[in-house]
Amino acid sequence: MTKSVDADIFAYAVALGDDGLIHGQRLAEWVSRAPTLEEELAIANVALDHIGRARLFYARALEAGDDGRSEDDLAYRRDADAFTNLTIFELPRGDFAVAVARQFLTDAFNVPFLEALAGSRDPGLAAIAEKAIKESTYHLRRSRDWVLRLGDGTAESRARMQQALDTTWAHCGELFEPFAAEERLRAGGVAVDRAALEGPWRATVDTTLRDATLTVPNTPPAAYRGRSGRHTPHLEPLLVDMQVLQSAYPGQHW
Amino acid sequence: MSERIDTVTPARAARLRARHDAREPELWALLDDVMDPEVPVLSLWELGVLQDVARDADGVVVVMTPTYSGCPAMEAMEEAVRARLHAAGHANVRIVRRLSPAWTTDWLSRDARHALVAHGIAAPGALECPQCGSAHVTLLAQFGSTACKALYRCDDCREPFDVFKSH
Repeated sequence: MTKSVDADIFAYAVALGDDGLIHGQRLAEWVSRAPTLEEELAIANVALDHIGRARLFYARALEAGDDGRSEDDLAYRRDADAFTNLTIFELPRGDFAVAVARQFLTDAFNVPFLEALAGSRDPGLAAIAEKAIKESTYHLRRSRDWVLRLGDGTAESRARMQQALDTTWAHCGELFEPFAAEERLRAGGVAVDRAALEGPWRATVDTTLRDATLTVPNTPPAAYRGRSGRHTPHLEPLLVDMQVLQSAYPGQHW
Repeated sequence: MSERIDTVTPARAARLRARHDAREPELWALLDDVMDPEVPVLSLWELGVLQDVARDADGVVVVMTPTYSGCPAMEAMEEAVRARLHAAGHANVRIVRRLSPAWTTDWLSRDARHALVAHGIAAPGALECPQCGSAHVTLLAQFGSTACKALYRCDDCREPFDVFKSH
């Protein structure tokens, strides 16, 4: 691999790792606050899958671009503008319907995304995807089920589910926007053509929302672009919370 | 319990062949003592996490495959493998994590499936109450006490039980 390809793989793998880490951290905020014990376990397990993926992607990034940093440096010693996660993952925890909306909308994306990434010419990225597909398929079963139950539930659960979808919808456009390094890697068969996934994603979303008696939102897209470091104001407080130990005691480890 | 003919999956057969052809049977035998910390009736080999063990110029190399990306027991398993080999006098142990091929419950042995049921956990793909054998069961939660299990209830004997998820 040439140097520039390695730099692109570094950026791509860090971005995918950031998605997992920030989503995992938001999910972890539910621990001790979930509506039932079963949901508590489910949310914590899903959070672990996303954080586990973040570690695998960071490890792949550091193989491609070993600049002396560690996984912990990437997670705990970067500021908000250096994170490249999509902004849907950093939106505030909200109520349970927001957690369900975010989970469903991104699971519906992750399943076809990981299926495509499993065919990457980069064996490291392909292996991470192969491992994660089964997890995301399983996550989607649960998040889809909750959309149906809340949407086709009581008047209040339906209103809240619709509200949550309307809010998060503004950040879904980013799911299908590649950044420059990703475009170059796609041409080389390494990265996924994420723009092409909008059709399959919409099919899953439309069917589910129809079955849940919900309306497909028409919220206009937000102006934020997480991949370019243009984050919502919500990422910084999340990082302050997540990085507090390393800020107070730099270099601490288990 | 319904009649079922146990068969060896192709994935399981490939694992058995690899182990049969292994050059270091004594290392394999040592690691048969290392159990899954969350399901202590399964060895790491039976669980499918232990993939390979061999000797190279630097010492012993162990190849392991995680069950789930975020399995919190992975580090404990690696420590247990290290400790077992150290105790047997192998000072230099290197552990390699391999992701592909991805871990699958198809790698579980027949003995492992029986051990799970005897331990009160339904085996993957066999949704039967481990207490009374009834197939009348209801899903309570897709995620159970560990990443690899879901929670069900038997509609006949009313006992809740864990199911090792098909993966």
